[in-house]
Amino acid sequence: GVAMASALADPYLPGAISLFEQLDKHLIVVLRDGRKLIGYLRSIDQFANLVLDEVVERTYIQKYYSEISHGILLIRGENVVLAGELDDTIETGQIKVSIDELHKIEQSLEQSSSEGPMSSLTKDDLQPMDEAY
Amino acid sequence: TELFSVRQIRKMLFFSFFKTLVGKEVVVELKNDLSICGTLHSVDQYLNMKLLDISVTDPDRFPHMLSVKNCFIRGSVVRYVHLPSEHVDTQLLQDATRKEIAANKK
Repeated sequence: GVAMASALADPYLPGAISLFEQLDKHLIVVLRDGRKLIGYLRSIDQFANLVLDEVVERTYIQKYYSEISHGILLIRGENVVLAGELDDTIETGQIKVSIDELHKIEQSLEQSSSEGPMSSLTKDDLQPMDEAY
Repeated sequence: TELFSVRQIRKMLFFSFFKTLVGKEVVVELKNDLSICGTLHSVDQYLNMKLLDISVTDPDRFPHMLSVKNCFIRGSVVRYVHLPSEHVDTQLLQDATRKEIAANKK
């Protein structure tokens, strides 16, 4: 507690102090490869290496998300983009689904985008330009 | 006693500059194109930053940020920091830069 605080305030361990207040908090860590890891911050060092506990890896497709459990992870600091404190009281309207369901949602989105926005129109739907005037 | 090596003193200028912006609102644009607006809470010598009361400029693209109010940003992933022009004294910055370069030449 106190010993750790004075050790981290040492100028040779800078950067750690910003994360020190987040210890034991529920965080979302975004990695450089785009992954989002959610867990409890247990340990830090000056490189922003992190030990996260009860980790779930969350994948989002629009407002839907699924989670994969990972237990305890040590994350090398160079991969960290940001570490945000999760406010569980905020209502996001986001919906948790299973991994298979999320995969189906992703596939259905890819299908509708490959067909194109005009794919459901027929030539009768399209008015010739001069008639509009 | 020397607390910082000469190389570290050379990097202090922007650290000191950001310390003057603590409490002000900034927009940090990251290398992954995410832009985060927030109040600068703290900064360290690696220019890691902690922002409070954040809002994301493109929340549809970054839905995971919806439940986040404060965040720590690693300095190495920052592309730009958009600054409020009223809180930046460019003349002071130029003088400080010249001083630091002169000091480093010795």
